Amino acid sequence: MDWLAEFPSLGKRDLRDLKKGIDGSFREWSRSNGDAIEAFFDPLYFFLVWLEKLLIATPWPIILIIVAGLAYLGSRSWKLALGSVVSFMLIGYFGMWKDMMATISLISVSTLICIAVGIPIGILMSRYDRVQSAITPILDLMQTIPIFVYLLPVVMLLGIGRVPGLIAVCVYAIPPIIRLTNLGIRLVDKEILEAADAFGSSYRQKLFSVQIPLALPNIFAGVNQTIMMALAMVVIASMIGVKGLGMPVLQAVQNQYLTLGLMNGLAIVALAIIFDRVSQRYGQRLQAHRYGKEHE
Amino acid sequence: MSKTKLRIENLYKIFGPRGKSFIDPVKDGMSKQELLDNHSHVLGLNNINLDIPEQRIQVIMGLSGSGKSTLIRHINRLIEPTAGAITVDDEDILSMSQLQLREFRRKKTSMVFQKFALLPHKTVAQNVAYGLTIQGEQESIAKEKSHKWIESVGLSGFEERYPAQLSGGMQQRVGLARALATDAPILLMDEAFSALDPLIRTDMQNILLELQKDLHKTIIFITHDLDEALRIGDNIAILRDGKIIQKGDPQQIIMNPADDYISDFIKDINRGKVIEVKSIMQKGSSKGTSLDSSCSLEDALKVLNNEKNNECSVVDDKGKKIGKVTLDAAIGALFREKASRNKEKYK
Repeated sequence: MDWLAEFPSLGKRDLRDLKKGIDGSFREWSRSNGDAIEAFFDPLYFFLVWLEKLLIATPWPIILIIVAGLAYLGSRSWKLALGSVVSFMLIGYFGMWKDMMATISLISVSTLICIAVGIPIGILMSRYDRVQSAITPILDLMQTIPIFVYLLPVVMLLGIGRVPGLIAVCVYAIPPIIRLTNLGIRLVDKEILEAADAFGSSYRQKLFSVQIPLALPNIFAGVNQTIMMALAMVVIASMIGVKGLGMPVLQAVQNQYLTLGLMNGLAIVALAIIFDRVSQRYGQRLQAHRYGKEHE
Repeated sequence: MSKTKLRIENLYKIFGPRGKSFIDPVKDGMSKQELLDNHSHVLGLNNINLDIPEQRIQVIMGLSGSGKSTLIRHINRLIEPTAGAITVDDEDILSMSQLQLREFRRKKTSMVFQKFALLPHKTVAQNVAYGLTIQGEQESIAKEKSHKWIESVGLSGFEERYPAQLSGGMQQRVGLARALATDAPILLMDEAFSALDPLIRTDMQNILLELQKDLHKTIIFITHDLDEALRIGDNIAILRDGKIIQKGDPQQIIMNPADDYISDFIKDINRGKVIEVKSIMQKGSSKGTSLDSSCSLEDALKVLNNEKNNECSVVDDKGKKIGKVTLDAAIGALFREKASRNKEKYK
């Protein structure tokens, strides 16, 4: 009755051969195609480095003014603008200015990529049910698979550095924007779409003058989530050589530097709160027209 | 009679994935209930035949679930029929390509919706100009036209407001202006005033009737409200379970209800106000005072009562004598039983 006690599995040797075979062929494939793939991502690399250098080279008072301006434009709240500036000053005062600039450039670039790739995918999903049912499980996979599992092939392909880090961040951060774009467009009032149809709108007119504007609050909630998830990846991305606030945290974990870890960790939290509040307020303002101001 | 603008012939709509395969059973008399119970398909429209005359208001009336909103959506093909034919100006709607259909919707029809369906992110002016904008009309022309229509529905000064800032009645005025702005000859109104409270509803009816005097559009007006139907309809078609059970002008329907369902429908109306003298007119002439043929029974009764032999002559809108009316007939028409018993006589 041996066969009942032990689960029937592939023999140890077969299993080892299988894994070795797949590993070997992937390694070979990445060796022969690695350069081409790296070249493909080169523009991204240059953009990332350029932005990082630009942010670091810009005099700090100008950065502070820009931060205050953006925070105010986004949220229309003096308090939030002031809070952002104070946080930035504190972070700089404790010697984390350069790391912060590196992190901001990474977050900005990855968010831009996620928006540029995610919104069109979301629109396609909202238009075709088939695309939706094909992409949804992929998004589920991207959000649940342990990060290290896909970090590995990315590193094997592109080595260690900014670009693989950026890709890892994007893979992790892109699902919310895709999902919420799709959802937002699908949630647009059917009657309003019917009206657009009844007046003879083309698909394009309907998309750009009705669906996307009305889905904007949801799309923006997706952007907000994407930014938050990108920030959450900062420490893990530093494991494959991405500079920024995550790197000292990693060092702190490895060497038990309590203060270093805490300071950089809090800096990440501060950035997260600023990004979150500003983008949320902006999203809320986008749907102000829905509730109208009181009748006069 | 004016000429037919829109003709609906043998129109069927069966909702469900295999609607087409049930056309023949339905034509052979399968009932709505049977179709639903045994095949899980819903019979939306059942053999609709309707000629809609040009420049008149055709009311389609029925309770909820009778298929009236389904029917109106066939006219601009927001819903595709399962079988049948629809022609506008002798042009077949159903054979149009997507591109032709879009053009048809832009130029020939416009629609007013029960729940307004305004674009919440656009201002009143932008909403009214919507139909023109998607036709690629120049901004200045679109603005000018939309301004004119905003004025004609009495919303001047509200151009830059957002729909959410307006009351329901005002929102529907925007809806009406938006529909009129494209100058389409056919106006589809899907329970356009049903969501409004009674006073505002009457207001809107007045606005529509007033505008119609100048515009002469072919209006298809859906409602579940009999008073509204009688008030604005030149012709009425009554729909029940996806079938037209009676069509005709308001007078015909009140004087000769086709079945108990319709008798039930009209039993609570104020007959004195609705029935017109022409419906109870008899041949011959009288020496009494002249009454206008569209004079209401209520007004006629006062005059008839004062006449010596309780008779009046009836004149048409040009003042020509066309018949006479008696007090007996007028009183009889007030009471439904008598009216229907004597209907042959008064025809």
